[in-house]
Amino acid sequence: MVEREVVDGSVREWRSAARTRAGTPRGGAGARARLRLGVGAGLLGVLVLAAIVVPWLWPASEQLFDYTQVRRPPSGEHVFGTDQAGRDLFVRTLAGLRVSLLVAVICAVGTITLGTVVGAVAGFLGGWPDRLLMRLLDTVNAVPHLLLGIVIVALYRGSLTAVIVSIVVTHWTTVARIVRAEVLSLRRRPFVDAAISGGATRGHILRRHILPAVAGQAALSAVLVLPHAVWHETALSFLGLGLPPHLASIGNILSDARSELLLGGWWNVAFPSVLLVLTTLATAGIAATLRDRLVPRRRSELAL
Amino acid sequence: MLSAKDLVVGYRRGRPVLDGVDVELHPGATLGLAGPSACGKSTLAAVLALLLEPWSGSVTLDGQPVRGFRHRAPATQRTAIGVVFQQPRLAVEPRWTLDAVVRAPLVASRRRDDGIVAELTEAVGLTRELLARRPHEVSDGQLQRACLARALVLRPRYLICDEMTSMVDASTTALLVRLVRSVAAEGTGVLAVSHDDALLEAWADDVVRWR
Repeated sequence: MVEREVVDGSVREWRSAARTRAGTPRGGAGARARLRLGVGAGLLGVLVLAAIVVPWLWPASEQLFDYTQVRRPPSGEHVFGTDQAGRDLFVRTLAGLRVSLLVAVICAVGTITLGTVVGAVAGFLGGWPDRLLMRLLDTVNAVPHLLLGIVIVALYRGSLTAVIVSIVVTHWTTVARIVRAEVLSLRRRPFVDAAISGGATRGHILRRHILPAVAGQAALSAVLVLPHAVWHETALSFLGLGLPPHLASIGNILSDARSELLLGGWWNVAFPSVLLVLTTLATAGIAATLRDRLVPRRRSELAL
Repeated sequence: MLSAKDLVVGYRRGRPVLDGVDVELHPGATLGLAGPSACGKSTLAAVLALLLEPWSGSVTLDGQPVRGFRHRAPATQRTAIGVVFQQPRLAVEPRWTLDAVVRAPLVASRRRDDGIVAELTEAVGLTRELLARRPHEVSDGQLQRACLARALVLRPRYLICDEMTSMVDASTTALLVRLVRSVAAEGTGVLAVSHDDALLEAWADDVVRWR
């Protein structure tokens, strides 16, 4: 009895020590991380809410051409001003953000699905399937992402699906690499040996041991992909290859705003750019905090 | 009988760890294998557990030649051999409860629990409360008890214990060895690998000592 208490006591001690190291960090770094997560999540929440609610409250304003209100600077009536066709930029920018975020989320889901499947199959099977898939991955990576994106989008001009496909095709490789590395280290662990010895098939081991273990890493890379996807979509639309001109997106708006800047219309560029930067920073902040939580060794490496 | 003939096996090309080893495990008998670190005890245990493919040589299980190793071995051959590993903490899925760990082989091979889980967990002294815990909430000794229960849950005809007792205290060692001896008495062939000569002397019917 005494022995058990001693054993339990030492275990409890070990656990609380481990929690302090990895789970909820205390002190300055921990407080900063929590602040970064709080600010990031709050900001992203406000932006997402605004992007959903505002275009829904004034659905017409985004597309409405009002030639009596052309090129108005920000005022009480038009908070972000109006563009060359008299469209309200507040509503149009948020509608654009909604499209950008939607594209980003679909891309993130597509990216982790493709990346996890390829990475898990390559890492788990090894041998020629691994070599084949990794060379395919190298081939995709060898082409500059934006260039590959431009080629795909140029083949199907003005299609939302093409934009999404171009982002997924260029971004799955990162997830696949991370998942493959994780699977390679997992598949030779003794608990996998124990499962094999217990009669488990490879599919069973993949489903019950490997995939749950890489889920955290995969989810993290999905969050990391979000800002990338937003920028990628914006860049393609800015180049005039992305979404069709009538569909508001941050990239389209900024593309139109270029010519307005020469006419003194700074608000055409300023507000959409600020929203784009804020969205990216908020997601990146959340991703960085999650990475520190899920992969604590990175922080200990930094601390050393 | 679980036997291996002319085993040559290693990890680096040109440097075999075992070179021309023959071994036989008979039902109901316990073979002890002692020797210093890095002499190839665990390597032999891994080959006999069908978890490591030898470079050459043959393994035979109850008259049937073993044609593949790891998942390439048929499930019926793999499940006929139970394995207990040296480090229980690495040998269990960290996110599962001990109950799930013990039941895993039943789930994996789609067999029903005919009361064997209750019988074994009682024999290794795991209470219901302990079974509901996860690996990081129990000690190495408690975890190794669950590992022995898991290795026996499919009623294997052979049991490979690779340094089963090196991470556990004396009373748990006694309990685990007593249970392994009782399954050996019921006809299970056991390979007991350890660097503890005195323990094997008391445990096994025959002890082989490697230099």
